[in-house]
Amino acid sequence: MSSRDAILSRIRRSLGANGIDIDRRATVSDRLQRPPKGLIPQRGQLEQSAKVDLFQTMAERAAASVTRLKDASEIPAAVSDYLRSKNLPQAIRRGSDPRLAELDWSSQPNLDVSIGRSAGGELAGLSHAFGGIAESGTLVLASGEENPTTLNFLPEYHLVVIDAEDVAGDMETIWARLRAAYGKGEMPRTVNMVTGPSRSGDIEQTIILGAHGPRSLHIMIVGA
Amino acid sequence: MQVTSPHFKSNVTKALNDVNLQKAMGHVQGGFIQKRVAAANALPEFEALRDAARDIKNHTLAHIDLYLEAWERKVIAAGGHVHWAETAEDARNIVLDICRSLKAKTVTKGKTMIAEEIGLNEFLEEKGITPIETDLGEYIIQIRNEGPSHIIAPAVHVTMEQVVDDFRRVHTHLDPNRSMDDPVTLLSEARDVLREKFLAADVGITGANFLIAETGTSVIVTNEGNGDLTQTLPKAHIVLASIEKITPTLDDVAQILRVLARSATGQDMSVYTTFSTGPRRSDDPDGPGEYHVVVLDNGRSKMLGTEFQEMLRCIRCGACMNHCPVYHSVGGHAYGWVYPGPMGAVLTPSLVGVDKGGHLPNASTFCGRCESVCPMRIPLPKMMRHWREREFEQHLSPPIARWGLKLWAFAAKRPWLYHFGAGIKGPLLAWLGRKNGRFTTMPLAEGWTRHRDLPAPQGKTFQQQWKARKAA
Repeated sequence: MSSRDAILSRIRRSLGANGIDIDRRATVSDRLQRPPKGLIPQRGQLEQSAKVDLFQTMAERAAASVTRLKDASEIPAAVSDYLRSKNLPQAIRRGSDPRLAELDWSSQPNLDVSIGRSAGGELAGLSHAFGGIAESGTLVLASGEENPTTLNFLPEYHLVVIDAEDVAGDMETIWARLRAAYGKGEMPRTVNMVTGPSRSGDIEQTIILGAHGPRSLHIMIVGA
Repeated sequence: MQVTSPHFKSNVTKALNDVNLQKAMGHVQGGFIQKRVAAANALPEFEALRDAARDIKNHTLAHIDLYLEAWERKVIAAGGHVHWAETAEDARNIVLDICRSLKAKTVTKGKTMIAEEIGLNEFLEEKGITPIETDLGEYIIQIRNEGPSHIIAPAVHVTMEQVVDDFRRVHTHLDPNRSMDDPVTLLSEARDVLREKFLAADVGITGANFLIAETGTSVIVTNEGNGDLTQTLPKAHIVLASIEKITPTLDDVAQILRVLARSATGQDMSVYTTFSTGPRRSDDPDGPGEYHVVVLDNGRSKMLGTEFQEMLRCIRCGACMNHCPVYHSVGGHAYGWVYPGPMGAVLTPSLVGVDKGGHLPNASTFCGRCESVCPMRIPLPKMMRHWREREFEQHLSPPIARWGLKLWAFAAKRPWLYHFGAGIKGPLLAWLGRKNGRFTTMPLAEGWTRHRDLPAPQGKTFQQQWKARKAA
């Protein structure tokens, strides 16, 4: 008997079940087909502009910095300003996300914009979020050529654009949108939920920002 | 990992006399407890979410075989590999085979308790593969050649001064006279040293907080970002998970996540909650070329259907040990294996046998704080009591305890005798201790009085007082 079958049959013996149990199978397939939503906290159940406000408050509480932009066309200047404010070189690495690609980067002639994954040497990376969760101030990023996962972790400064309309009240709404975008039961290779910059409390339980991921997380909310 | 749980008593003596340990353990009591209560109070639905999380896991455990099968189908459909391991040895060999197939020389590791449970680091080293722990706490204990003393804060027993000494000893490529007087400098140093290791590693190994049946996804929850670098950069990502990590749907995971970080560190969400499904895809510029999950039983399937089934709801948040007075006093290493504190006192006898782990469920005052903070509402004291019963039934408890209990039972079954004995003992001890109200030494109870005083009784038995009050 394979290890797989040995483990599964031991489980069934312990549960007093058998593998052809029709009722149990129906229960399981029903839950997987129609996932019950569970209890959604009231905190994020607000009208859209209040959701965006809560998202900002919670992200700042998690030590992210946040700016609001009226329009996407302001992004290149905002990126340049942020790098200047941190005394960083005018260079940024991003993926091929069309929402970033279509911007007029030539408006910032000193800003060197390169495209692709991070190899580890870049100081600043730019991503476009799939969405946000107001309840906890969490960014949701999906992997792929458009927003490579390495940009979320290797650069010291991570800048993230999020459209105000993509801020959801709760995680469950994000699941519904991911199912709509990628198909039921399907996921991007990696979904990163990011709440503030990296940190560690492993030395005497004192929280210090800037562990292995970015030391700083800067969020630009567009359209609010 | 070597099991020293049978030597719990001598481990404890050592721990109580360890000055550095006692200093370090002071940090547990303050931080974790206040942060948890603040986060829980800030969410009005917190208690109801604990119920929801408990119900989800109960449902899952009743259908765990079917959810595991559904999850496996989705992993394979996403291009991943599932390896079933009945024992720790099976799991070690599976990991070794994958590493060898990729000619791996170094392996980076995110924090995984399953790797500790199966003793992976030692094994890989024996086979010529270098494992590198990347979580700061795990890195500290790796260079100290120790095991974790806490399931989410593995180096909680180490003081900052000790970390400074260890870094000076190991990071010999750096200026020996460099200033290392604050935790920020130490963290930066570890970050720089480990960054090179991340980029050079052939294989990355992480644990999993959840396996999701709906999508074939594994989930890690971290604050440092080391787990993400571990799994994203190398040629292969190996996930080590035990069978009870399975959770039906994304929505179910959302419910449990709301109680996980709050109970663990008092955060609403940990910094990084990462959902991984299969290896690098055709249009991916990054990500691991291979995705493997080793799903480990190692005794858990036998806990199903027993009085210990509820222990399989545990999500490894650490709240029980953060609130345990015994853990606060003796630290995690005294428990003698991988899992310390109240959850370890229940799980260790289940996984290594009550003959080896039987001392642990006895190391409890049954104060009940662990159960009161457990996000999954696991009745830990009740299960420790079950282990004590099993230990007694199997004649594993020491003869003096057995005789004592028999003597007590003999009297308890004869109320006239019990009243007679208690009627003598109470006033006698009250009279002997009349001066201070307490005893600093007591024959037959030196084990107690060596570390604390024994309060003297006030003279009358409970039943005598009850009668007196009724009469009044």
